[in-house]
Amino acid sequence: MLGLQLKRAARTGTTGLRRLATRQLSTAFADDEGPVGVMSETHEMLRQTCRDFADAQLKPIAAALDKEHRFPAEQIAAMGEMGLMGIAIPEEWGGAGMDALAYALAMEEISRGCASSGVIMSVNNSLYCDPVNKFGTDEQKAKWLTPFASGKKLGCFGLSEPGNGSDAAAASTTARLEGDEWVINGTKAWITNAHDAHAAVVIATTSKELKHKGLSAFLVPTDAPGFSLGKKEDKLGIRASSTGNLIFENVRVSQANLLGKQGDGFKVAMMTLDGGRIGIAAQALGIAQASLECAIAYAQERKTFNVPIAKHQSIQIKLADMAMRVEAARLLTHRAAGLKSNGQPYTKEAAMAKLAASEAATANAHAAIQVLGGMGYVTDMPAERFYRDARITEIYEGTSEIQRLVIAGSLLKEYAI
Amino acid sequence: MVGVKRVIDYAVKIRVKPDGTGVETNNVKMSMNPFDEIAVEEAVRLKEKNVVKEIIAVTVGPTASQEQLRTALAMGADRAIHVKTDEDTVPLHVAKLFKELVLKEKPDLVILGKQAIDDDANQTGQMLAALLGWPQGVFASEVVIADGSMTVTREIDAGMETIKMKLPAVITADLRLNEPRYATLPNIMKAKKKKIDTTTPKDLGVEIKQHLKIVKMADPPSRKAGIKVATVDELVDKLRNEAKVIA
Repeated sequence: MLGLQLKRAARTGTTGLRRLATRQLSTAFADDEGPVGVMSETHEMLRQTCRDFADAQLKPIAAALDKEHRFPAEQIAAMGEMGLMGIAIPEEWGGAGMDALAYALAMEEISRGCASSGVIMSVNNSLYCDPVNKFGTDEQKAKWLTPFASGKKLGCFGLSEPGNGSDAAAASTTARLEGDEWVINGTKAWITNAHDAHAAVVIATTSKELKHKGLSAFLVPTDAPGFSLGKKEDKLGIRASSTGNLIFENVRVSQANLLGKQGDGFKVAMMTLDGGRIGIAAQALGIAQASLECAIAYAQERKTFNVPIAKHQSIQIKLADMAMRVEAARLLTHRAAGLKSNGQPYTKEAAMAKLAASEAATANAHAAIQVLGGMGYVTDMPAERFYRDARITEIYEGTSEIQRLVIAGSLLKEYAI
Repeated sequence: MVGVKRVIDYAVKIRVKPDGTGVETNNVKMSMNPFDEIAVEEAVRLKEKNVVKEIIAVTVGPTASQEQLRTALAMGADRAIHVKTDEDTVPLHVAKLFKELVLKEKPDLVILGKQAIDDDANQTGQMLAALLGWPQGVFASEVVIADGSMTVTREIDAGMETIKMKLPAVITADLRLNEPRYATLPNIMKAKKKKIDTTTPKDLGVEIKQHLKIVKMADPPSRKAGIKVATVDELVDKLRNEAKVIA
């Protein structure tokens, strides 16, 4: 609808239509919000609560978690009790019953304290709980959603393979029906939460010849016979979250574990990734914001030529650019979240948000190290961790290259002649 | 009934206004007084133990103070009353206003923070108990209620003091009474639907009469560098003759 109107406005160039298109754009932010970037009292309270939690419970231990590769079990449990592990899942299924903007706000604040805790939360929320909520039956939700959305159990999502990534249709993991059981074989790679998860949403090929229409989604418990984990990857950043292969050797699950209909796998994967991108965008915002705060604090303390370096124009320019980047990316992220909450298409906007926010995170962390100088390069200060943590946001849940493909694909559809 | 106060957040670096009339509150992060958070938490725990039936959060202050009432509602208070005033209030004003609210709502227990981190007065609880003629247990670090009476462990200079009193009573929360919870997301949603009643000092028949006048507000003098002394004798000499702190 919006796309069509924009297309018309673009083609005809008439003022009336252009005005209409603008108005449509602004109503897309609606939900119970005021103007863009102005939050409701509820959202503001949520943001503040998450910020307080992150400042007190995550920030002080983030460096140690990173150093020791340690999963923050206690903190994730506390986040579960607060309702952070199933933010947009209805209360009847153990979630908090809030919207996509609430999810983006919480993700940013948690990631500002600890980006690893952020991604653990993001994967459970958008890659595991969301598809189960959207495609699951009530029986499936009772078993596979409630314990996960309430934070008692942790989920992960298996799409990428050693030989494919965003080209989901090339999945070589197979599931074949034997009697009334599905038998799954194959390997899923780069799976966040792999070593800490209790269940996985797994995309597998059920009929090769149908290509992407031959993919199906399955709910697989990680204690199923034949299921095993690859080594825990030793990563540059987000080191408190586990990453590894999920290996399936004749793993048998019942028909009741098929998520959605047979052949829905590609749809499940693509819809899940759209929502996931809002989460990663928000994670990147948290890193970008933390980098900015770290740089500002240091610039006001550290003196050269007898003045705090914040008085030097070269530093001020860096700080201004950092603040602008994070704010611009935040508006894109909130816009994508607003569209999602309103039930409107948001694929392009989520890709833009993820792309802008991840590039802002890397740029801000880079600048923070520069502002801190030598202190930015050592582990006494968090800037080097921000730099390492930021880098993955340009890679997972669709690389920056894939985001540009998604954006361009949407544009070419919108403006098709 | 639990009192909450809107104060400058504990993490904010306080700045004195350039004209010396007060401290800067514009564009400064405001929060619930941390001791009041402990008071709200204690009330919620008493309700979870079925000792308390209903929790009413109350505050005195400008319209924005409702944010702190919402926070209390998100933590678990059932409803709230906002005594709206833009006047500067001191502990006696607040105690008088709270007294009127107590007479209206008839709670069996009033929990306040022991002091607010803005003026550190540490008076409202004591004044309220005196105005009501109720027993008081201030600086509470443990509260046990059973059979209509309450045992309060107080933190005092000499150590811990345990006192027993009848209800209704006033207690004020010390730092170690409990560790306040983080509001859960579902409770943050519910807080929006809970009721905040608004009243004014005038409605309650309390006049906000200013007894104090702030002449000037200034930063504390910055600390001067210390000196090193060579011997104990020199130290004693300086303490006796320069600092004049020993005889």
